[in-house]
Amino acid sequence: MSGSISYPGAAGRRKAFNPVVLRLIGRRIVANLLLLLAVSLLVFLGTELLPGDVAQIVLGQGATPEAVAGLRAAMHLDQPAWIRYFIWLGGFVSGDFGHSLVNGDPVAALIASRLPNSLLLAALTTMVSVPVALFLGITAAIWRGTLYDRIVNIVTVAAVSVPEFLIATLAVLVFAVRLHWLPALAYLGGADSFTGLLRVFALPVITLSFAIVAQMARMTRVALVNTLESPYVEMAVLKGAGRVRIVLRHALLNAIGPIANAIALSLSFLLGGVIIVETVFDYPGLAKLMIDAVSTRDMPLVQACAMLFSAAYLVLVLLADIASILSNPRLRFQ
Amino acid sequence: MRRSASAIVGGGIVAAWAVVAIFAPLLAPHGEGQIVSTTVFAPISGRFPLGTDYLGRDMLSLILFGARDTMGLALAATALASFIGVTLGTCAAVSGGMLDAGISRVMDAMISLPGLMFALVVVAAVGSSIFVLIVTAAVIYTPGAFRIARALATDINVMDFVLAARARGEKTPAIMFEEIMPNMILPVLTDFGLRFVFIVLLLSSLSFLGLGIQPPAADWGSLVRQNIEGLGYGAPAVIMPAIAIGTLTVSINLMIDGFEVRRRLGFADVR
Repeated sequence: MSGSISYPGAAGRRKAFNPVVLRLIGRRIVANLLLLLAVSLLVFLGTELLPGDVAQIVLGQGATPEAVAGLRAAMHLDQPAWIRYFIWLGGFVSGDFGHSLVNGDPVAALIASRLPNSLLLAALTTMVSVPVALFLGITAAIWRGTLYDRIVNIVTVAAVSVPEFLIATLAVLVFAVRLHWLPALAYLGGADSFTGLLRVFALPVITLSFAIVAQMARMTRVALVNTLESPYVEMAVLKGAGRVRIVLRHALLNAIGPIANAIALSLSFLLGGVIIVETVFDYPGLAKLMIDAVSTRDMPLVQACAMLFSAAYLVLVLLADIASILSNPRLRFQ
Repeated sequence: MRRSASAIVGGGIVAAWAVVAIFAPLLAPHGEGQIVSTTVFAPISGRFPLGTDYLGRDMLSLILFGARDTMGLALAATALASFIGVTLGTCAAVSGGMLDAGISRVMDAMISLPGLMFALVVVAAVGSSIFVLIVTAAVIYTPGAFRIARALATDINVMDFVLAARARGEKTPAIMFEEIMPNMILPVLTDFGLRFVFIVLLLSSLSFLGLGIQPPAADWGSLVRQNIEGLGYGAPAVIMPAIAIGTLTVSINLMIDGFEVRRRLGFADVR
């Protein structure tokens, strides 16, 4: 064994965070920041397409030309678009999101009042959906090919291919209208006790979890089944290990990377679902704020919400990428 | 065997909805938008098999007519997305080099935007019209079609018959359209079906939010929105259009599950 050949395991450099991995992760972070910059350009161009003079719209038809000219100067509308883009971006980075066109409130304050509600909804949904999805995905992989696996498959295919508002309306119809267990609308005022919290959040969380659980369970199952096809698992089968033992002791640890990737990617479905769910249940969150802003074409508010949602989405995709990079054992021996 | 049985059931339901969309005026018991009852949010009855809506219109007729807007718009958007995606994907795979790298990077950037969010910004900026909806949905779902077409074309591009065509002196467009594309029809059709489902869901979500197709036209998503007040009374008017969407999208998925291509390609359910 001459010294120049390094053997995995013998070399002792089994570090998850070696320079190669860090460089890969750094590259993903830079790429995502560039994407966010591209998103900001797109979002800003959205306002440029808006027909009509924003200053005139804000002040109404009766405003004097001087007042309109003054507001145009204050909003930097008299400057070229690319300068306004940088002013807007600079404000955004420093936390100044501008003012709502509808009521003149600072956008940052409007968002600050809604963001915690949406984060709470997202956190509760994550806490419910991850364990349920892992359970379904792992059990479906253990008993793959059985009737149980087939039922999980059909139910999850159905759950990911129906619109969220079908699940939401069905849930209201069953739990609120027929059974009278839960209120049809979300009133945060009732959320001061544990049972009150449960009553308010049950329907929105069930609806949001539905599609996410289905997506996550399917991806978990695929990750495990891919691992089950490797030769070392065949070896375990040949030495007589049972189904449960093979999946839990042999396959699960090696599938953790793809599963973590699946969890992060599935959670990005929250961003689409939350828009529908907050609308159906009249939940005072960020998505409802954005929908109302789109209806009234309140562009500063739309811009800020779109940037926040896109940033959240990119963070989840980034986490998914990092999970795959960290779990790739080939990158540990560079 | 069970797999193909569910594919037949799925295919049958999809075909039935297609027939409904084409022959809606002949099949609907009442005219489009005709108020036929003084009872709003009526329950299911012999006269109104799916009840009535918030204005006392026949729900069955509304859903039959709504099939046209729902499927028509989605079909146009899917065709546009698949056409652009497949053409660019094949072109990128065959040309390689800078062109491939350039198109791929742009598509990577587009795919990492949340779709519904992008649609909301567009609708906020330019308003909602049929043209805007079709183009927006197509733009959102082009990168997915591009990725799959590029992967398929890259595999086919190195096969012997393509090499033979090159040796014969065929030009790049001829190689794209005559040698490579005919060999990717089945997987591209499968992808078309999945993309159609995504676009139906996107457009009906927009309609449900009141930001999609505008009245008097009403797709199934708009019908749910219009009747949402009836939810508290348990009116069938709310739930029936939503179920209609579900039957269409689940059936397409069942149909596609019957094809082996889906698994061979390793399609994630993500766009």
